[in-house]
Amino acid sequence: MTAAPSFSPSATAEIRQAIVDIAPAMVAAAPIGLLYGALATAKGMDVVDVLLASGLIFAGGAQLAAVQIWSYPVPIVALLISTLLINARYILMSASLAPKVAHLPLLGRILGFHVLADENWAMSERRAGGGRISAPYFFGMGTVFWINWMSFSLIGALTGPSIGDPTRYGADFAFTAMFIALTAGFARSRTSVLVIVAAAGAAAAAHLTIGAPWHVLAGALTGIVVAAVLGGETETAA
Amino acid sequence: MTDQTATLLAILGMAAVTFGCRISGLLLGARFRPAGRLRAAFDAIPPAVLTAVIAPTVLVTGWAETLAAAATIAVAFRAPMLATIVTGVFAVVVLRHGLG
Repeated sequence: MTAAPSFSPSATAEIRQAIVDIAPAMVAAAPIGLLYGALATAKGMDVVDVLLASGLIFAGGAQLAAVQIWSYPVPIVALLISTLLINARYILMSASLAPKVAHLPLLGRILGFHVLADENWAMSERRAGGGRISAPYFFGMGTVFWINWMSFSLIGALTGPSIGDPTRYGADFAFTAMFIALTAGFARSRTSVLVIVAAAGAAAAAHLTIGAPWHVLAGALTGIVVAAVLGGETETAA
Repeated sequence: MTDQTATLLAILGMAAVTFGCRISGLLLGARFRPAGRLRAAFDAIPPAVLTAVIAPTVLVTGWAETLAAAATIAVAFRAPMLATIVTGVFAVVVLRHGLG
């Protein structure tokens, strides 16, 4: 805030600000990355698999959900459906951010959007504040957040086997607890609470009857239908 | 198909699906603004999916998991994520020991 409006801040200052802004999210992502690496190797994935998954998918929620429903033979179709359902929110998130990076080169935008996660998306939106966002800030933040996730996934994959069965330390439940924390963040209205209750009931029932991994689809669709029925009504009234 | 091949295919497929979602916004731009029921359905996707994934652990695995989940939910609305995770893990270890 010390620079005059006409003075464009240096790239170094922009990158430094990006790292300061994303640092708390990096700390929060660290144990989740460790857990992902450890649980994935416990399910039979090797270190290269873990690095490929964290580097190319780069979506903690979808990756941990995949580990949860991972079995042999690998249920590829169910994994893809689960991933699509969990990551469909990125369609809206990237559509919202797209105009704020429209001035950046196309290849840069494609790479930058590949590493768009909930945390750096939220920070970028806040930084843009309805206007543009600088290239050093956008790419700097995405890069350090990606390296952070890769590093802790790798450490988790390397140390997981020597630590032993993660369930002994309740580490498997860390995933459940993290999802509860994330879900609580969405439970802000009567509609969203009803969505969560309906999704939970349908998923548990499907798990008992049809079995894993179809409880994900059953629960998600039930919740989405409940929201469409309830949400459409409030929208009409507004 | 070997398990190793299937694993690789699953990872690459999940990466492609995720990349498609992230990149679609660049193509749609600001034109895509769902409203009404469609908007409500989109908004519901994250909590509905997150809930569906963990529901079997929370509701139909055992009393230790269900009670630990209840404690976690109580904390989740008041504490930061790390504190919530620590609470859940601590509760499940104690409850599995006590009830198991």
